[in-house]
Formats: sequence, C-alpha cells, structure tokens
Amino acid sequence: MAGYLLKRLTMTLVVVVVVMVFLSVLVHLVPGEPASIILGPRASESLIAIVREEMKLDEPIHVQVWDFVTGALQGDLGRDFLSRAPVSELILDALPHTIVLAVVAMAVATLVGIPLGVYAATRPNTIIDRVTAVISVSFITMPYYIAGLFLLLLFSLHWNLFPAVGAGSFSDPVDYLRHLVLPAAALALTWIGYIARLVRTSMLEVMGANYIRTARAFGLRERVVFYKYALKNAIIPTVAVVSVGLGELMGGAVFVEVIFTRPGLGSLAVEAIVARNFPVLQGTVLVIALVYVFANLVADLSYRLLDPRIRVEEVAAA
Amino acid sequence: MAVSVPVRRLRLVLPGRKSVVARVARRPAGLFGLVVVIGLGLAAVFAPLVAPYDPAAQDIANRLQGPSQSHLLGTDHVGRDLLSRIIFGARVELGVAVPAVSAALVLGLLLGVTAGYLGGRVDNVLIVVMDSIQAFPAVVLALTVLALLGPSLRNVLLVIALTFSPQYARVARASVLALKQNPFIEGARTLGAGSLRVVTVHVLPNIVAPLFILLAMNIPSAIAVEAGLSFLGVGVQPPTPSWGVILAEGFERVRDAPWPVLSTGLALILTTLGFTLLGETLRDAIDPRMRSVRAVQRPRV
Repeated sequence: MAGYLLKRLTMTLVVVVVVMVFLSVLVHLVPGEPASIILGPRASESLIAIVREEMKLDEPIHVQVWDFVTGALQGDLGRDFLSRAPVSELILDALPHTIVLAVVAMAVATLVGIPLGVYAATRPNTIIDRVTAVISVSFITMPYYIAGLFLLLLFSLHWNLFPAVGAGSFSDPVDYLRHLVLPAAALALTWIGYIARLVRTSMLEVMGANYIRTARAFGLRERVVFYKYALKNAIIPTVAVVSVGLGELMGGAVFVEVIFTRPGLGSLAVEAIVARNFPVLQGTVLVIALVYVFANLVADLSYRLLDPRIRVEEVAAA
Repeated sequence: MAVSVPVRRLRLVLPGRKSVVARVARRPAGLFGLVVVIGLGLAAVFAPLVAPYDPAAQDIANRLQGPSQSHLLGTDHVGRDLLSRIIFGARVELGVAVPAVSAALVLGLLLGVTAGYLGGRVDNVLIVVMDSIQAFPAVVLALTVLALLGPSLRNVLLVIALTFSPQYARVARASVLALKQNPFIEGARTLGAGSLRVVTVHVLPNIVAPLFILLAMNIPSAIAVEAGLSFLGVGVQPPTPSWGVILAEGFERVRDAPWPVLSTGLALILTTLGFTLLGETLRDAIDPRMRSVRAVQRPRV
C-alpha cells in the first residue's frame, strides 16, 4: 500500500504541474497574437498594453510558465483585468457556494440512490425493479442543464415554490437552503440514477458469492444476510463513485450556476469568458481541476482502503 | 474432442443465427433506442422534406406561440417554427457528435496502441498526457479551450474529440497490454514481422470491438456536451439551429414562453436516452463480457 500510495501521489503531483503549465501556455498554443486572442478583435490599445504587462506576454514563454506556476503555488493567480482585484479573492468568494452545492447534491444522491438500488436488488426482475431501472437510466442520461431548466420551469416559474435567482446569503440559513433546493436537485438526479444502478448491480453480484451462500446455509435470516453481510461489500464501489462524482459535479455546477444565476466557480468562469477576463478564467479553471484531481485521488485511495481484496490481487499479480 | 465439437456448433446455431439488430430489437430498451436513433437519423437526413417550415423563416406576428395546429411545437421569439428548427437541429447534433467521437476514437487508438505496444518511457509520457487531459471535467476543459479558439461548429468538434480521446486511449492501451502476452504475437515477431505489421495485422483487429462499443456509448455524451457548450454561448452560434442555441434563446425568454425550452429539452432527453439504451443493448448483444466498458463511462454533462 505504501508503495502504491507513493506512486499515486507522485503521479498526481506530476499531473497538477502539467495542468498548471498547460494553463499558462494555453494562449500561445492558439494561433494568433496572444493579447488580441485574449481580448478579442475590438480591444482598445490601452487594455492590450495592460494585458501584455500583466501577463508578461513579452517575456520568453518559459519565464511566463515559471511565474504562473510559482505564483499559483503561493496562492497568487494574478489580477482581474477589469476590476484589478486579486483573482484568488474572487475564487475564495465563489468556492464555498460551489462546494456546498456539490456536497449537498451528492449527499441527496447517496441518500436516495442507495435505498433505491437496494430495494431494486431485493426484488430482481419484478415490475418495481424494471421501473427503477427505467428511472435510473433516464436520470443518468439527462444532462444537468436539462434537469436544471425543467426544475426551474416547474417549481419556480410555474408553481413558484422556490426562488429562481441567486443563492441567498450564509447569514440566513433557511433562505440559503431554499435557494439551494432546485440547483442541488438538478445535479443530484443524474447521480441518484447512477448510484441506484451501481448498488443494484454490486448487490446482486455479492448475493452470488460463496460467503452469502454459507451465511444462508447457517440459517441466518434473509434480512440479516442482506443488510449485514451483503450490503457492506456491495457499498464499496459506491464510496469511490461518490468521491469521483464530487469532482465531476464541478463541471455540472457550471450549467446549474448559470441557469439559477448562482455565484460560484462555474458562473465565475463563464462570466470571465464573456468579459474576456483571462486571468479569472485561468485561475478558476485551475481550482476546478485541482478539486477534480483531488476527488479522483480520494476515490482511488478509499477504494483500496475499504477493499483489501484489491491489494491482495495486486500483490499476487506482482 | 467428439464432445466439444457439437457443443460448439450448438452455441453457434442458437444465439448466433439471429442478426445483432434482431437481438437488439427483441428487448424493449433496444427497440426504443433503435426507433429513436433511426428516427433521428432519418429526420437529420431528410430534414428539408420532413420539416413543415423553413427553420430560418421568421414570422414576427406569430412569435412565442404555444403549440397549435399550424405550429405543432409552437414558435420562437422571432416566430420561427420550433419543430422545424428541432428537426434541422438534429443535423447539427449528429453532424458534430458522430465525427467528433470518431476523431476521438482514431486519436485515442493511436495514442493507446503506441503507449501499450512500445511501453517504457513513451508509455509513461503518454499516460501523463492522458491523465492531464482528464484532470478537468470535460465541459470545463472544452469551455477554456473554446474561449481562446473562438466559438464555431468546427472548434466544438475539435474540442470534443480532444476531451473524449483519453477514454479510447485507455481502453486501447489496456487491450494491447493484455494482448501482448499472447503467444501468437510473439510467434509473429519470431517469424520476422516488424512492429507496424504486428500492430496493424495482429493487434488492431483484436482490440477494436470494445472501442466501437465505447463509441456508440459516447455519442449521447458528445451530443449533450455540444448542446451544453452552445447553450452557454461558446459553441455553435446562432442562427444555426443547434439544440443548445434553441435552448439558450428560449432560456432568455423562459418567463414569457416555456415552449422552446420544454420541446428542445424533451428532444435532448429522448435522444440521449435512446442512444444510451441502444448502446447498452448493442453491447450486451455483441459481447456481454464487455459490461466493463460501462465502468469507464461516467456521466459527463
């Protein structure tokens, strides 16, 4: 495990550095003059001068890369072209909203998805199982923005149950929660379907295992076999999926934040694109990538930690 | 020996007799997927014949109308017929998604086979490249690159090909690694076959099946990514009737008229669902052992 951990951490570090380098040279990868690519064809001379100065576009590329990477490692992501505010401050303001959104969405998905999957697995090939399967697939394939738009139409514009715009403020928790319901539901739907399906499959797989047959042969009650013996092992893949999902939701948040006009990393990135405010885009995307990479790392490690069999297989293979 | 021959023949006769299509159509999910995909394909190909109106024809007097007999799905903010725009939009969706995932397959196949076959340092470098591409949620990477490349149909296609290729590279690499152990590869090499010949004649034919199944499963994701990017304004640009463009234009006026968002949203749901169900039944019909392909595939948008 220690060897694997070291290898995995090194790899993650390498990827993080490559991502930083990629983001710092991105403007040079696109054909054309960097400052006008960033600002668009109608930019004023003075703004172009600011951008060239701010992003050190006249320096050699390796100097630019070095400055960006060392700056980023110290938490300095440059300044907003327009407001001159430090990008790191903008991100710190936005990040909590996105994290809360993603975590609440995934918590809801887990709390609904797991029981749904278990319920279907206890009644394989019945009508209930089939209906759950259809609902699961429909949820899985529904893009986040469609879920968001439909929820907005139905619960906010048609029935006026929840607010359509903004996030409320942390100082008024009830109001914040009311603003959170629809966006979180839009993100959760996909994962409810995914988790339900995953739990059902791994549950049925585990139920065919020898130790379950043994437990039954000992005369244990079906309920005990199911919830105490089978569920414990069947739940392991879900843990990894939840962690991966949290990273994946950073992408979904882009749409949902735009649809519900919520503050957050996603809407920050989209606003930066519209305003051609490249440092903000660069910084936001870097933070999203970091969260994503970290979530995947946690998923990978937790999977191994929770399922000793994977480690044993690896040792046997080596 | 005498026993194994009839058993093998039996297996060939029983499920093998029916064509893959027949086996897919026998299951409700497969039939649904088949109907949706064929319907969408026909709509895209014959759009000028099927669509009741010119998708660009404006009729300001009848703007933002609900469904009626003359406009089955209503009209948009400049009075264009929504049904016609969605039908022509199918052309954009398939026209971006299919070439984009095909390009992703070719790119991923090249990278994956190179990494898996050569191994060593080349393998390590390519793994880092793939991991770095996958260090972003697909939509976020696509957004960033499009912000610089500028919004256009061709750029969306390129970006989708780029962000989807690591999936193919991974599957191809894993297949090559498993295949390399086989004696027939060593045999070919012993007989004097060069790397290029071994790869093209012996490796490729043995690893493409899972890649094509992944391709089928990726088409709905690519459609969703394209429509999503166009919805955010960085993809296909108006007046081209991409479903994302129709959604974005509808979203601006969603308080006055929900029809554009509703109908286009339903078209997207049906399409992604149909393609996914078809992909899954196709996979089960061709080779049930490939269920693991699903494990690579996560919801992307």
